[in-house]
Amino acid sequence: MSELARQPAADAPITDIPSLRRDFDVLEQTIHGKPLAYLDNAASGQCPRSVIEAVTRQQRLNHANVHRGVHALSERSTAAYEGTRAKVRKFINSASTDEIVFTRGTTESINLVASSLGRQILEPGDEILISWMEHHSNIVPWQLIAERTGAKVVAAPITDAGEIDRKAFRKLLGERTKIVALTHVSNALGTINPVAELIAEAHAVGALVLIDGAQAVPHMRVDVQALGCDFYAFSGHKMFAPTGTGVLYGKRTLLERMPPYQGGGEMILTVSFEHTTYNALPYKFEAGTPNITGVIGLGATIDYLERIDFGALAAHENDLLQYATERLLAFDGIELIGTAPHRASVLSFVLEGIHAHDLGTIVDREGVAIRTGHHCAMPVMDRFGVPATARASFAFYNNRADVDRLLIGLQRAVEVFRG
Amino acid sequence: MDELQELYREVILDHNRQPRNFGELAGADRVVEGTNPLCGDKITLYVKLDDGTVADVAFKGTGCAISVASSSLMTERVKGLRVDEALALFDKVHAMLTAAGEEAPAEDLDKLAALAGVREYPSRVKCASLAWHALKTALTGGETRVSTE
Repeated sequence: MSELARQPAADAPITDIPSLRRDFDVLEQTIHGKPLAYLDNAASGQCPRSVIEAVTRQQRLNHANVHRGVHALSERSTAAYEGTRAKVRKFINSASTDEIVFTRGTTESINLVASSLGRQILEPGDEILISWMEHHSNIVPWQLIAERTGAKVVAAPITDAGEIDRKAFRKLLGERTKIVALTHVSNALGTINPVAELIAEAHAVGALVLIDGAQAVPHMRVDVQALGCDFYAFSGHKMFAPTGTGVLYGKRTLLERMPPYQGGGEMILTVSFEHTTYNALPYKFEAGTPNITGVIGLGATIDYLERIDFGALAAHENDLLQYATERLLAFDGIELIGTAPHRASVLSFVLEGIHAHDLGTIVDREGVAIRTGHHCAMPVMDRFGVPATARASFAFYNNRADVDRLLIGLQRAVEVFRG
Repeated sequence: MDELQELYREVILDHNRQPRNFGELAGADRVVEGTNPLCGDKITLYVKLDDGTVADVAFKGTGCAISVASSSLMTERVKGLRVDEALALFDKVHAMLTAAGEEAPAEDLDKLAALAGVREYPSRVKCASLAWHALKTALTGGETRVSTE
């Protein structure tokens, strides 16, 4: 299809989702002599060509430190870096660029809140409510701050289908609950949580709410004001931007009150040995030279995503999810882990008699990249009584042929193991 | 033999399906837990010593075929060896698993040579070496936990 056919008008959103695949050079290669089927998107997404070009251009022609120089390159770099902040603000519909803090990723975003807010508000006996389906990065930072403050981490149970047990969640909320930290989409199960409702319930008892959006932003449009969350954390690399980039959205009133997370350059106004004053938002939380090139790449990624009709994207991913689910269920010995009706395009499964790790190695020989293991969500594995699962996770650039390749790989595993 | 069959040789598949010396060992002198955080392999190794000899050995746990087979083959092989012989065997196996290039495994490794296939799969070397690290820890005392990380 020609460029023109893909873009009927300059500003019309792209609805032909399969055509987007050709923006990803990485997908046009063979692995062990077989076409690559990249199904490890929940671990990290691929960058479209335009993002790689933006990164290269920044390094070739514009690189300089930001917010410091009065020279042309520094001004260009600063404009592109701050331009990305404006793009992120619009992308997640926050009220102000002051509420957009750049971090290294979701993990750092959560650590920032746990450390800064936790130190400020938590007292012995207070509770931090999380869920059983959290990624380790939305468990351990809270355990660390709980240890330091005397607060307690409490986890809401999940159902057999892999959804938060709403009744138990409500029961665990109480006046001691100071912070609620939940994932928007489970990385291990694919479950999409009804976060707007959960946030409202948490707010009703006066708790502040952080949402881990790492697995949500690649699949759906997120509106932080509509959700009503106090903090929203996500990573660039899972939404097709370079690694080492992340965002923390926080309500301005909260960020203003919170103490700095790290000290250094950029985050200060004045420094003397007697007294240091801190910079305004969001710079108060951005100590040191940031990942300038990566953030500019994130800006290019948002430009790319903004051209896509997300309704069409969701329909395409849902088709892949349904197709893959049907094919896997028809495969002898496969059990799906996580069967919530409302799911992102993530499929966790086990194959009877073959450990997930062996599956991963064998399907790789068929050119298929999947994740195997505990997915940094050991409590989820414990909950379902499995040591590990295999996980196929889809992005908009995947297609049914990728699913077919996965099934060929699984068939090969059965041949190797059962002769 | 294709590459996958080179990794998953019949002896590996057999020991995975029917691991030898599998289960707890009552009266063990040394109990070591081994974990491979990357993939969640977890084994507990039990060793009974008698006058400087590995009188009995057993393991339990969950893991991929490579780690289960390696554990099973290890227990089968070290039972009855003197501690110094078992430690010398550890060195040979370790060298085999991590050797670069195509050098042939030491001749006296016998069945254990089947594990050499992991050399072509860097991410799987830890699966094969887990039980052996647990053994070394058990025989040299001290720690009761060992991790491949």
